[in-house]
Amino acid sequence: MKLRTLLAAASMVALAAAAQAEGVKVGMITTLSGGGAGLGIDVRDGFLLAVKQSGRSDIEVVIEDDQQKPEIAVQLADKMVQAEQVDILTGIIWSNLAMAVVPSVTAQGKIYLSPNAGPSALAGKGCHPNYFNVAWQNDALHEGAGAYANDAGFKNTFILAPNYPAGQDALTGFKRFFKGNLAGEIYTKLGQTDYAAEIAQIRASGADSVFFFLPGGMGISFLKQYADSGVDLPLVGPAFSFDQGILQAVGAAALGVKNTSQWGKDIDNPTNAAFVESFQAEYGRLPSLYASQGFDTANLMISAMGKADVADTAAFSAALKEADFASTRGEFAFGPNNHPVQTIYVREVIQEGDVFTNRIIGTALTGHTDVYAADCKM
Amino acid sequence: MSILLLIEQILNGLQFGLMLFLISAGLTLIFGVMGIINLAHGSLYMVGAFAAAAGAAATGSFVLGLAAALMAAAIAGVIVEVLVIRRLYDRDHLDQVLATFALILIFSEGTRWVFGSFPLYLDVPDFLSGAVTLPGGIPYPLYRLTIILIGLAVAAGLFLLIAKTRVGIRIRAGESDREMIAALGVDISKLYTLVFALGAGLAGFAGALVGAIQSVQVGMGEPMLILAFVTIVIGGIGSIKGAFVGAILVGLTDTLGRFLLPVLFGAFMEPASANSVGSALASMLIYILMAGVLIFRPTGLYGKA
Repeated sequence: MKLRTLLAAASMVALAAAAQAEGVKVGMITTLSGGGAGLGIDVRDGFLLAVKQSGRSDIEVVIEDDQQKPEIAVQLADKMVQAEQVDILTGIIWSNLAMAVVPSVTAQGKIYLSPNAGPSALAGKGCHPNYFNVAWQNDALHEGAGAYANDAGFKNTFILAPNYPAGQDALTGFKRFFKGNLAGEIYTKLGQTDYAAEIAQIRASGADSVFFFLPGGMGISFLKQYADSGVDLPLVGPAFSFDQGILQAVGAAALGVKNTSQWGKDIDNPTNAAFVESFQAEYGRLPSLYASQGFDTANLMISAMGKADVADTAAFSAALKEADFASTRGEFAFGPNNHPVQTIYVREVIQEGDVFTNRIIGTALTGHTDVYAADCKM
Repeated sequence: MSILLLIEQILNGLQFGLMLFLISAGLTLIFGVMGIINLAHGSLYMVGAFAAAAGAAATGSFVLGLAAALMAAAIAGVIVEVLVIRRLYDRDHLDQVLATFALILIFSEGTRWVFGSFPLYLDVPDFLSGAVTLPGGIPYPLYRLTIILIGLAVAAGLFLLIAKTRVGIRIRAGESDREMIAALGVDISKLYTLVFALGAGLAGFAGALVGAIQSVQVGMGEPMLILAFVTIVIGGIGSIKGAFVGAILVGLTDTLGRFLLPVLFGAFMEPASANSVGSALASMLIYILMAGVLIFRPTGLYGKA
């Protein structure tokens, strides 16, 4: 008898909770500790800034730290779907974590908005109507770098990346667009911190330029050692090695390096100007591209909330697909596989006062969409 | 592939090895004398790098930053020894691993709490930056040459300390029979604190030297810790000479493997697959070396049976 009363009470509480929650409950799984925490913190701060600016009180965000470990991300996703009963998941930074989480949550009928990771498997055959990538497909910035290398007249480029899926995608993406010769191609160990052997090979190879994809601390180590090595070939890379958090640690060693990005703080539109200013006012630092991606992700979600009820997943997805929001990147549209069709800019590292940052100096690709869209059947 | 490139790579391997020696010397000393498996050794390395970055930023001098690193890591070592390690001497290795693993987490999150999540800035000082031309026309970074010299000097200093001084005699005595030297009136707990501070200081010093050409960030110590363990297992746990030989071996194997293996596979394979097979094998090479050494010498090159 007692048990039955308890159950009845519990179900009434659950009903009451369900009736109250007319808004959207967002589960954010992102990296907030360990070496990759800077990226997750920027995505989170950008996202929360947009939620705060919307002034809506019907958005609840549950934030958890995945510690950059796939098994923890999977546990958190289960908890968010089953215990927290969130409507939308977001936040994952790393492609291997996204691969572990996204297919299962979309299969359970939840919507996933990716603020960063864009593995090719989820853009091609594994695409899903409930999965939206607001940042880029992983190859995009590397393809932009390849296109830029052609424009810059590089004929003989040395390319290097860590030996893991995103590193292989990076070099594949670069080669897809680059028309010159390769002076050399090296896969380094993931997490490698000493690049003396690679730099010596670059020097000996007779290359006229270097393309590298070394995210996080690897890029900091490489840039410092490269600047100190006496090799002065021009460097090109995706924005991941030149984001706001990393540049301050590299210092003058990165000055003048060209990098490709879908975002820059000087993209000229009112949304972006307001975003850069308010982010600085709120957090006391310049936003990175990750922060812009978090900000855009939240605004995309808020735009769909005005059009459909999140309980009706199909209608909500359709509203998301319209991408009817003011992006920091200016115009924003989704391709057939729910990945952005966008411009990839070329940026140059400059110094403004004491702060190292980027300035846009041109465009590498316009209206760029990924090659995997052709494999996507939705 | 020219002979000059090969010489340059051998120098790179030597430099990497000497850097490893600075870290593994402390680790092997602490294990040899005190019988402690100190997983937090990598954290002391990180403490050194952060102290150097903070010190150099505050004073504008890299040398003062180095001094700050040495001090900070040694002091952190003393605190850790007195508060935590001292309680673990009589426990088995599993308890030690558990406690020092907890220290890793405490150091990492503590450092994040103080310095934030973004990497810190620490650069090579002006008087050591740039490249010099070695005989034979090899351009080589001056800073890496300096690391080679400092590494050799520290190795020589450690040998002298262990072989010629009273402290060294006590350290060696503590290594072979701790009950006996305690019975002879040596204050064993003071000796342990000293050894731990020395090991920690060396790790911190290495962190500061390396921090100038790498990324000063939370978690930078753990990859180094793994390499340091490989080094002391190859050299024989507890032996400084073993740590030196092991470190040079690991440094040369890793650097030359990364460079030569893709070339070697390229001789009979497609360039693309030679590249990926070569680099995959290169990253395993030091572990293969370790396994090979252990087959023929289960206690390492200079380990006592």
